[in-house]
Amino acid sequence: MLGLDKKDATILLVVIALALLAPFLLNPFPSNSGLAQFNAGYPDLMQRFVIFGIFAIGFNILFGLTGYLSFGHAAFLGVGSYSAVWMFKLLSMNVLPAILLSIVIAGLFSVLIGYVSLRRSGIYFSILTLAFAQMSFNLAYSVLTPITNGETGLQLTLDDPRVLGQTATASGNIPATNVFGLEMRSTYTMDVGAWSFDFNAGYYLCAIIMILAFYLSLRIFRSPFGLMLRAVKSNQQRLNYTGLNPKPYTLAAFIISGMYAGLAGGLLASMDPLAGAERMQWTASGEVVLMTILGGAGTLIGPVLGAGFIKYFENIFSKINDNVLHQWFSFLPEGMEDTLVFLLHPFVGKGWHLTLGILFMLVVTFLPGGLVEGGQRLSRLFRRRSRDTDTTPDPEHHPKESPHVAE
Amino acid sequence: MDAIILQILNGLDKGSAYALIALGLTLIFGTLGVVNFAHGALFMLGAFCAVTLNRLLTLSFETIDETKTDFLGNPMKVKTPYVEAWFGPETGAAIIDWAVPLSILFAIPIMIAIGFAMERGLIKHFYKRPHADQILVTFGLAIVLQELIKLFFGANPIPTPAPDIFRGSFDFGVLLGFDPNVIIYPYWRMVYFLFAMVIIGGVFAFLQFTTFGMVVRAGMADRETVGLLGIDIDKRFTFMFGLAAAVAGLAGVMYAPINSPNYHMGMDFLVLSFVVVVVGGMGSLPGAVLAGFLLGILESFASMTWVKDIVPGIDQIIIYLVAIIILLTRPRGLMGRKGVMED
Repeated sequence: MLGLDKKDATILLVVIALALLAPFLLNPFPSNSGLAQFNAGYPDLMQRFVIFGIFAIGFNILFGLTGYLSFGHAAFLGVGSYSAVWMFKLLSMNVLPAILLSIVIAGLFSVLIGYVSLRRSGIYFSILTLAFAQMSFNLAYSVLTPITNGETGLQLTLDDPRVLGQTATASGNIPATNVFGLEMRSTYTMDVGAWSFDFNAGYYLCAIIMILAFYLSLRIFRSPFGLMLRAVKSNQQRLNYTGLNPKPYTLAAFIISGMYAGLAGGLLASMDPLAGAERMQWTASGEVVLMTILGGAGTLIGPVLGAGFIKYFENIFSKINDNVLHQWFSFLPEGMEDTLVFLLHPFVGKGWHLTLGILFMLVVTFLPGGLVEGGQRLSRLFRRRSRDTDTTPDPEHHPKESPHVAE
Repeated sequence: MDAIILQILNGLDKGSAYALIALGLTLIFGTLGVVNFAHGALFMLGAFCAVTLNRLLTLSFETIDETKTDFLGNPMKVKTPYVEAWFGPETGAAIIDWAVPLSILFAIPIMIAIGFAMERGLIKHFYKRPHADQILVTFGLAIVLQELIKLFFGANPIPTPAPDIFRGSFDFGVLLGFDPNVIIYPYWRMVYFLFAMVIIGGVFAFLQFTTFGMVVRAGMADRETVGLLGIDIDKRFTFMFGLAAAVAGLAGVMYAPINSPNYHMGMDFLVLSFVVVVVGGMGSLPGAVLAGFLLGILESFASMTWVKDIVPGIDQIIIYLVAIIILLTRPRGLMGRKGVMED
């Protein structure tokens, strides 16, 4: 199907199912129960899941396949956001031209940065991309204020021209972003018993784009081009001796991942039409690195999982406060309850970053392949256990484990 | 002319901070081969050592002073720091006043201990892993340290004053024959620069003139051979990590009066210090120091008004711009050694 073998087709189908059924899957608890705070099925959060999923999928094409660790990818996200908002200001509130422009501009930008940065490799490459991203961030804050509106961030106003659309709605408001009239913020809420599910137009647009993006990355992973990228990672020197120049391949990977980042930025702006410089800061670049590593660099589905995981827990953890903790542990004796709440307090609410940092260190140390490797290890454990009951395989004649792609 | 001298002076203190952090980074990189993204966090921890000591010294107890009354006519409560009660009011006040310099003594053992714990507990396991993993795990550690500080000290900057006699500025221009008040330079920044020079000199002297330093230098050049000679080089490298942590910590302690410490000051410095290390040449100690001062001074030149009029925004990007140009024209940095980090 679609030029995929059976295994890949299954993965694609799983991703499609997850993306399309997300409003159901993310709202497993009735909306008035105590567990409702673990629901993540509201439009804003679901949109962020898939948008950052796209960002991480793109980053993975560069980092997962070629091993070049870029610390400046947020710059492309920011550039994408800015160009999308400009499109809303000047052309119309239709999101498609905005997204197209953000991909193109981010692509051009990444040609420039990639061409220079890829002249070096290893840590020098990381520093160069970091330097470029910090430069863009600083410029967006200071000199480029006419384009970026500095600290306030670029916003829509009532007197923007919007040549093809309308400047203001009949009621005097700024028009909403839409696809040929279908407003991004329009949501259909379905109530089934105690549950309520939100179906948001913006989310479905993002989800469909993410599925396309995922399919593209799947094809890249399985293509001869993807194979070349892996060759760059495993042994660049040997590639050189074979008479192949790795530069065009790495540059292409860099540009593709930059365009993915631009797409994510354009979508972010389409869902909420404003763009700020803080999207380009190096901590934002660090976040996408975290997502990719946490999910599993070099694996297909890892980055999507990582993005979802981080965004979900970021949202849930920061909502938990001391009252909630007291509620949970109210069955414990008084002293123990207070101690437990006191111990957990630093890790929840505003302390979410602490949890993230610890989690990240644990993953890098013990599970370099990320969540995907964790899943594989678990399933191997179960499979071995079930096999142990009938026949024990001869350890001497077992094929050696092949090294993981992420290594 | 006076403007140029002023900018050089202004660049010196920031340059000293860059140089000290970059020196530590290079020490760690040269000895252990680890890219330490948590080094900025160590700088920040140093600054918070000063904050902590300041708070400890001003711990006070309340007494009721019968001689004074507040506006309601009740006896007033007076706070007396314990230090003043123990050492007498004058000595006590002096000790509190000198909290920041005193923190140096307080910070050295703490920072060395933190360095040891970091190396033995975490980084030891990452020698054989790729550089990307080292970057990532230390990046995670930096987040954790930063958040812990935020948890204990809050998110706002904490003003930490320098001793009274260092307040005010020194009229530097008079020495060179300029009019008074043309070139003035705060005393504490001067102290910072001199302090940085002493530390840098100390580290270089330690490496150059002691047997321990000689072994460490030999280990940097060829680790295996030194190991074959029956020297436990790992132990010495662990010590060097502690030393590098202490250097970063001291840089932070003394920087506290210049910029009130906050939890993310380390990250701000880290990015720039990495750029400094790369410009100076990965693994070259003199290169790191030279590039630190050079970039600090360049940055302050770029923030002059007439420069900004010619190239708007140059002050924001000059360091990165220089780094990009140097990396592309001199791939090994200003004083990089051959064979270090060339893949």
